[in-house]
Amino acid sequence: MLEIIDLHAKIADTDTEIIRGLNLTVKAGEVAAIMGPNGSGKSTLSYILSGREDYEVTSGDIRYNGESILELDASERAAKGIFLAFQYPVEIPGVATMQFLKVAMNEQRKARGEAELTTPEFIRTVKEGAAKLKIDPDMLKRPLNVGFSGGEKKRAEILQMALLEPKLCVLDETDSGLDIDALKIVSDGVNALRSPDRAFVVITHYQRLLEHIVPDTVHVLYKGQIIRTGGKELALELEANGYADVIGEAAE
Amino acid sequence: MTIQSNTRQTAAETALVEAYTTQLSDLPGDPDVLTLRDRLLDDLKTAGLPTRRIESWHYTDLKTLLKDIPAFDAKKGAKALSPFVGGATVLSVLQGKANETRQDAFTATRYSESLTDGSAAARLDAVAADDAIGRINAAFVRDGFTLEIPADAEIEAPIEIQSIHTGGQVHTRFPVTIGAGARVTIIERHIAGEGDAAFVSSISDVVIGAGADVTWIVLQQQGAADTFLGQIRVDLGADAKLKLFDVNAGGKLVRQELRIDASGEGAELTLRGVNLIGGEQHNDVTLVLGHNVPNTSSTDVFRYVLFDRGRGVFQGMIRVAPDAQKTDAKMACNTLLLSDDADFAAKPELEIFADDVVCGHGATVADIDDNHLYYLRARGIPENKARAMLVNAFVAEVVEELEDEPLVEALEEVISNWLEKHA
Repeated sequence: MLEIIDLHAKIADTDTEIIRGLNLTVKAGEVAAIMGPNGSGKSTLSYILSGREDYEVTSGDIRYNGESILELDASERAAKGIFLAFQYPVEIPGVATMQFLKVAMNEQRKARGEAELTTPEFIRTVKEGAAKLKIDPDMLKRPLNVGFSGGEKKRAEILQMALLEPKLCVLDETDSGLDIDALKIVSDGVNALRSPDRAFVVITHYQRLLEHIVPDTVHVLYKGQIIRTGGKELALELEANGYADVIGEAAE
Repeated sequence: MTIQSNTRQTAAETALVEAYTTQLSDLPGDPDVLTLRDRLLDDLKTAGLPTRRIESWHYTDLKTLLKDIPAFDAKKGAKALSPFVGGATVLSVLQGKANETRQDAFTATRYSESLTDGSAAARLDAVAADDAIGRINAAFVRDGFTLEIPADAEIEAPIEIQSIHTGGQVHTRFPVTIGAGARVTIIERHIAGEGDAAFVSSISDVVIGAGADVTWIVLQQQGAADTFLGQIRVDLGADAKLKLFDVNAGGKLVRQELRIDASGEGAELTLRGVNLIGGEQHNDVTLVLGHNVPNTSSTDVFRYVLFDRGRGVFQGMIRVAPDAQKTDAKMACNTLLLSDDADFAAKPELEIFADDVVCGHGATVADIDDNHLYYLRARGIPENKARAMLVNAFVAEVVEELEDEPLVEALEEVISNWLEKHA
């Protein structure tokens, strides 16, 4: 589903290269965890996948279902089914959460040539989705993410993911700022979306999240490259020994 | 008006003097009113229209900007519109002429009657040396409504003053007295119907009694070629609460003055402004707010959105009198500048003569936040749509503070319709 081939990328308008020859393949149905120390390029990778214009791909390719997406902008990628759950969802005063959800769902449907949702359909879908994530309906009456706690913001991200039904879900440090209960609710929300035709790229610092969202593969990102790939046991090894050993091996 | 060099009369100045001569025979007024009108016109003749050399007109050089003045045309007509919000009591002023009177929960009489019987004379004069709008309006005003809201009245349905024209000249005045303890919502709409260019002046002169609770909406939707010179004068009594929302979404040359005095202890002002400016529009909002006694508070938030070659001006002066201790005044002006050719000038000023006060002001001018734009696009919302949502949100945020659902919805519709045409 996702193939990243010898990708090099830098911060736009600078010479600061952050991704330095990254290779990664994620199949449909797979949950791939990306782990790595601070500053290794994890968040940058998530932004580049989503089409953020602050970064520039200098060489290599990103293929999604066999086609390069480098020429697509953020909204086109989203409409094709790529979703990024943000580490820090932005607060947008004045944009009502429900209005935002409706516009996003319908714009994606329009881009795919599908009929727009009717208002009753939309409200029912949102209510069901919110209930599953234990989201207080009052929260949806507020402006987008404004005044939401850290946990509420992450739940709102997962709600958007559930409503938009993407095919490739990128979760950027979704566990940061979550207490144990919220972590469980969010993980259950993600697990409920696991299916043979959907892939996940789960970016995290800690093994903790991977106890709840059990990955099929674990990849260690360091200085803009994947330096080691393994199964879920690799996460446990990293938790026990830190990144130093893996980094040391890769350097040899 | 302060002395200035006696430069040649502009076309607009000549037209104003001629208009006065032509209209004099049928301008309503008793001898006192007519004498005052004559004097004000003389002042206008001597001083001319204000230029950039008058400090409060520095960013709106009326002498240069006002190119010509369409003639008054008694034959022009206008039709009343349906109320802005359902259930509102409409008082229409069609082509500058008050259309009905009322006497039930409140009293509405024709302002022309008070000109004719001379009772208008006491408050007709200009209120300051730089009050060019007061001068023009007093010289030419023909009608409007005098509203009296009795003490302790609880008026549920909003009162809607609807001033509609189809071009020419319109000069209206609305003296409003709100009794102590009364509660009322007043909507003041200035609208151009289909028609020719107009020169409009309008003054609302509002006295709010102790403990009254008032929501006042000014909605300016003049035509694309119109000049609108508006003024809201407010005297806010003890423990009175006023929410004043000033929305400008029209006109070619617009100056809206807000002259507000908190003159009773415990008075509380919530002032919000939305200014949508595009094309070649020039839109100036000038606030002079006096905290004249101790323990009064105010928050002022103005939002400007500028497209094309639009020019926006905000002048906000807060004056705190020497004994007005414990004044709490906050003023903010935020602007979205969405075109390289648009232009915005802000001049916030504080004049504080008391020593135990909390006063602050801030002004920002920015483009749309890239992080906001990226977030919306990352959810599949195309860039142009995402931009429109964010511009709308920027002003909707202020409108929502009204906390009155029908009014908020009606105003948001005005705003999104304007943005659809101009964005």
